[in-house]
Amino acid sequence: MKKTFILSATLVGFMAMPAQARDQIRIVGSSTVFPFSTAVAEEFGITTSFRTPVVESTGTGGGMKLFCAGIGTGHPDVTNASRRIKKSEVENCAKNGVTNITEVKIGFDGIVLANSLKSPRASFTLRHIFLGLAKQVPADETGARLQPNPYKKWSDIDPSLPGVKIEVLGPPPTSGTRDAFAELALEGGCKTFPGIKALKKKDKRTYRALCHSIREDGAYVEAGENDNLIVQKLESNAAAFGVFGFSFLDQNQDKVQGSLVNGVTPEFENIADGKYPVARSLYFYVKNAHVGIIPGIEAFVAEFTSDNALGEYGYLTDKGLIPLSDEDRKQQTEDAAKMAPLSMWESSLAGNLPENG
Amino acid sequence: MTAPNTSTSALITASLRSRHAAEKRFRAYGIIAIATALVFLVVLLSSILAKGYGAFFQTQISLSIVFSQDVIDPKKTGDGQVIARANYQKLVRNALQARFPHVKKRREIKKLSALVSRGARRQLQAMVANDPSLIGATRRVWLTASGDADMFNKGAIARDIPEKTRRINDRQIAWLDALEESGALRKRFNVTFFTTGDSREPEQAGIWGAIVGSALTLVVTLILSFPLGVTAAVYLEELSVKNRWTDFLEVNINNMAAVPSIIYGLLGLAVFLNVMHLPRSAPLVGGIVLALMTFPTIIIATRAALKAVPPSIREAARGLGASPVQVVLHHVLPLAMPGILTGTIIGMSRALGESAPLLMIGMVAFIVDIPQGPFDPATVLPVQIYLWADSPERAFVEKTAAATLVLLAFLVIMNATAVILRRKFEKRW
Repeated sequence: MKKTFILSATLVGFMAMPAQARDQIRIVGSSTVFPFSTAVAEEFGITTSFRTPVVESTGTGGGMKLFCAGIGTGHPDVTNASRRIKKSEVENCAKNGVTNITEVKIGFDGIVLANSLKSPRASFTLRHIFLGLAKQVPADETGARLQPNPYKKWSDIDPSLPGVKIEVLGPPPTSGTRDAFAELALEGGCKTFPGIKALKKKDKRTYRALCHSIREDGAYVEAGENDNLIVQKLESNAAAFGVFGFSFLDQNQDKVQGSLVNGVTPEFENIADGKYPVARSLYFYVKNAHVGIIPGIEAFVAEFTSDNALGEYGYLTDKGLIPLSDEDRKQQTEDAAKMAPLSMWESSLAGNLPENG
Repeated sequence: MTAPNTSTSALITASLRSRHAAEKRFRAYGIIAIATALVFLVVLLSSILAKGYGAFFQTQISLSIVFSQDVIDPKKTGDGQVIARANYQKLVRNALQARFPHVKKRREIKKLSALVSRGARRQLQAMVANDPSLIGATRRVWLTASGDADMFNKGAIARDIPEKTRRINDRQIAWLDALEESGALRKRFNVTFFTTGDSREPEQAGIWGAIVGSALTLVVTLILSFPLGVTAAVYLEELSVKNRWTDFLEVNINNMAAVPSIIYGLLGLAVFLNVMHLPRSAPLVGGIVLALMTFPTIIIATRAALKAVPPSIREAARGLGASPVQVVLHHVLPLAMPGILTGTIIGMSRALGESAPLLMIGMVAFIVDIPQGPFDPATVLPVQIYLWADSPERAFVEKTAAATLVLLAFLVIMNATAVILRRKFEKRW
């Protein structure tokens, strides 16, 4: 029959198709870096003769997995990360022949705790955040004895805090923002108890479990990965707080306000100076084996690290990226231009890479 | 029958009231259920419509652009490459500064430039590429306003809130007001939205790339799932002998129709990308994955349509000497076709709205270029909606709603086609 013939012909056609050559850069990785990476990709597409790169938002971990899967046109050329590459990931990369990687730090992202403009602006310390959101909290000042989180209202923790029910909307555990929030804000507050701090040396695993666990009694509401949704919910619920990236605060200043953390407001300058405590670095990683094979990788890296993009008045700062200091940025631009690779990588960097976690 | 005795009729009369009341209640429940559903539908649609309506219009700013030779092609090479790569942003900035000569500081100039879209340079570039004689001339050009200026002009950014909390500051508002007064600000139908691919600048972002991606994906899905589904159904319904084996197949096909779509995405990743090395983010792979998902729906619909053809047709054909294949191809299948097509279209419209399985095969991506074929990276309508919903810029809120409207329009068209086909060609026995 004709139909069957066409059908089998198509199927055979699919099977026989070889892996294609590629003339377009492929980027994967963090959803936090996604808005910046895509802006650079678009600019790169307009201002150069290369095709606009394809950028996928896979999350940092998912991106690393794809990036490290091998060398060849079937694998991505660049991966974005909202944290440093882990030791286990470097090893996984090396196992698949991806040994030559360049790391480029592009700037910072602040994580804010914000509420509706209808309520007064709040001021937290890291310890308040930990006590408000952790699953288990110390029963006394030393932190030797633990109890399930008893606090119902913020004012139960400290009378200076608002007298409203603790209700925080934030990202789910799959999110890099959640990881960073747990590490910077919760652990930051957790460490202020001497008893717990001492635990870090003795039993790292228990320490992490204690400091990174978020309460599950309904005070912390997982609102999905969509930060716009959190902003909308804060607008309708004046008592609630939300956890999201600085760029969403920046775009919605007429609806929400960022709370002070340790007395510092989440403002552009404060995050850039490193004064605001809940901020993390953003990176992208380049597979050097693809440079020269996939056209335009060097030019893309040059565009990403240019003054026009990353500078204090660059278009990425308009998108909410918090730039590095001038010297830092120049250093990054130079290193990136040289595609400074593995040797430096293995000796000086691998030592301080985070363990598996 | 004899007349009912009085005691029975009395019983019936007595119970009549409550039975009528039950009847009325039951009707009321039905009406309430339908009314509730309608209210939800109206609320949903009107909220999307109210949010998305604005995206079909776009603010434009008129500027007197000097196509300066010094900026576009200082060495007078006349080379197309040089002209294409010129700094058109500078032309926009110069024009803005000429319009507002009192603005001098770097920061202020940046704020002023922020009123016009970063995509305006592409507009100017295209103008010069079309007509190189423009170089050296001065023209009034309507340029696309930036997302923030557009939002302000549409009233989505309030004027009376404190300056610090606004994306547009007081100076920028003054400039926009000045432009408005001199008639250099207008709202026009947003052609860009229907003709371009994705962009990080909301005012430049369009839905065309996603529409083409969806179309390519659905074509692949249709080519694969329709013949496969119909052949499988015809075999199972008309030609096979009923035994344990076909029962087993039937159960599995019904199960397949109920498998969550993300599973097909995982399958696509494992088989088509990792084993067969098909390109990532390609409509081809998306189409195959969605074909697997649609395939059981088509089988079930086709079998139902075949069952509805009366056995007398088959018997008559056999009686006149037709072979089993002839019976099916000449008589049963044509008669069942309206039902089969309806089922197929409904399956396809489900595939059109699907995004979860495409996540696994890399179609959830930022893609600017319009795909040219099934091997080019592409995204689809529901994925585009998801990506825009997740973007921080305020102006993407209305784009998200507008894209949803476009998707809904396509779904309505497809489902309406299914209804019309059925009305027009369906035979009733």
